[in-house]
Amino acid sequence: MIEIRWHGRGGQGAKTISQILARINLRHGQYAQAFPEFGPERSGAPIRAYNRIADKQIIIHSGVYNPDVAVVIDESLLYSENPTAGLKPDGVLVVNTACSPEEIRQGAGFPGRIVTVDADKIANEKGTGFANVPMLGAVVAVLGVDLALAEDELRQALGERMSGAVLQKNLDSFRAGYLAAKEVYVAG
Amino acid sequence: MRKVMTGHKAVAEAMRQIEPDVVAVYPITPQSEIAEYYAEYVHDGIVHTELVPVESEHSAMSACIGAAAAGGRVMTATSSQGLALMVEMVYIAAGLRLPIVMALANRALSAPINIHCDHSDAYLTRDAGAFMIFAESAQEAYDYTLIAQKIAEHPKVRLPGIVNLDGFTLTHTADVVEPLEDEAAKKFVGDYQPFSPMLDVDRPSTWGAFAMPDYYFELKRAQQAGMEEVPAVFLHTQEAFAKVAARGYRGFFEGYRLKDAERALVLMGSTAGTAKVAVDELRARGEKVGLLKIWLWRPFPYREVAQALAHVNKVAVMDRALSFGAMGALYNDVCAALVHEKNKPALVNYIYGLGGRDVSTDHILHVFQDLKEAQPAHTLRFVGLRE
Repeated sequence: MIEIRWHGRGGQGAKTISQILARINLRHGQYAQAFPEFGPERSGAPIRAYNRIADKQIIIHSGVYNPDVAVVIDESLLYSENPTAGLKPDGVLVVNTACSPEEIRQGAGFPGRIVTVDADKIANEKGTGFANVPMLGAVVAVLGVDLALAEDELRQALGERMSGAVLQKNLDSFRAGYLAAKEVYVAG
Repeated sequence: MRKVMTGHKAVAEAMRQIEPDVVAVYPITPQSEIAEYYAEYVHDGIVHTELVPVESEHSAMSACIGAAAAGGRVMTATSSQGLALMVEMVYIAAGLRLPIVMALANRALSAPINIHCDHSDAYLTRDAGAFMIFAESAQEAYDYTLIAQKIAEHPKVRLPGIVNLDGFTLTHTADVVEPLEDEAAKKFVGDYQPFSPMLDVDRPSTWGAFAMPDYYFELKRAQQAGMEEVPAVFLHTQEAFAKVAARGYRGFFEGYRLKDAERALVLMGSTAGTAKVAVDELRARGEKVGLLKIWLWRPFPYREVAQALAHVNKVAVMDRALSFGAMGALYNDVCAALVHEKNKPALVNYIYGLGGRDVSTDHILHVFQDLKEAQPAHTLRFVGLRE
């Protein structure tokens, strides 16, 4: 079983993206859970969301304490939210930042793999303004899920709430996040 | 087809397939999304339900009672304080023998105010006269919503039913769920034949009449008789469901690695899944442990629970609510179930997870460990509590 913890701020779409990841996992032939940190949601406040992914049905219903992957959607949370707490030493830290993995390592003090993606830059370049979709691309790359399969499921999931040029921009930003992470992940 | 959906979406999907004539509902965390999804279905013309957006839960159940007495198929959903406000009318729905099915997104009762899961709201309605089912997963919440509707409307039963699903832990978690095809679900639930509907002007009937000491007692005895029909109808409905869903629900509870267990847990709701993981872990170490997960809490299956536990040495009964001044309600049920047995396990009562306190596999492992040494006594023990 793989456990993922997302760190974002209320309104940045961490919960939404965790649910879309679960759809991608199901499409990939796996079982999946996605749940937000339960509580009052306030725009801008730090929030967490979680995924569990497994080859058989997931029956555990407790919180996630030792994730395999921690994802930081909002870089400002890197030092205020301690996203590496409980993260498995052989796990992966995925950060939305313009910094390099080594620069992040010095600050975060995490011994495992670090993947950095400038998701804010991608979101601005593609014109979506949301870092969550490129970060989803990054996580999909880390998990080793097929890009075409993931894109198809993302198209369906986002297609329920947007269409046309807006949908395409999101798909482009997803792919950019995927490719950027893949490059760093393979190199690291 | 398997889909990723949250627990409230799963319940809303079951409701969409049942397509009641009337849904009267008032939003409350963590139930609101059930109402929101259903309102969307009504707005989009997917269902032809009269949605009554009432001003309180008391009114929600009141509107449900009126609609059900008129002869409609009726559903609602609530949680915690909403149920507390509604409960006066839940007793009336049961007393009038109205088959209203309600999803209860389990949440702690105030004070202090809290929005997270425990079973205190369910315990509040324990004696109201609704049959009560607990779901372990979003899948079970979906399945048992369909099953509950069929049980409630059975001519021998005609009682309200409550399907409990743990607030947030099940309502807000997206999980893999395999719903029935619409046609199969509709066929399973079937058409509803109301008993002596108020709107049948050719056969006028009185509902909610006054009953003095000369008749009240007999009417309540008749209501109990309806409740006593639930177990047989429950099993029969599970069987019918197995033909369309192959989910393998058999019986009033699920025994997990229980047959040769020396120590066992008894509990209800989503913690059962976490407990199964802990049971597997201990079994791998050679410890003979098991689990009894209640599906049908009211009416309580005394005889079957006694049979399933008679061979166990020690049983931890885990209540997710306090019954102040008494032992946990589920513990008392299990005690009563076993009291006439010659060979019976020692029982210990654990209170856990109040106000959404997380229950991990470590907590369950701790309970199994603690159970080894614990002396059976009518003393509450607490799981994951700072003291």
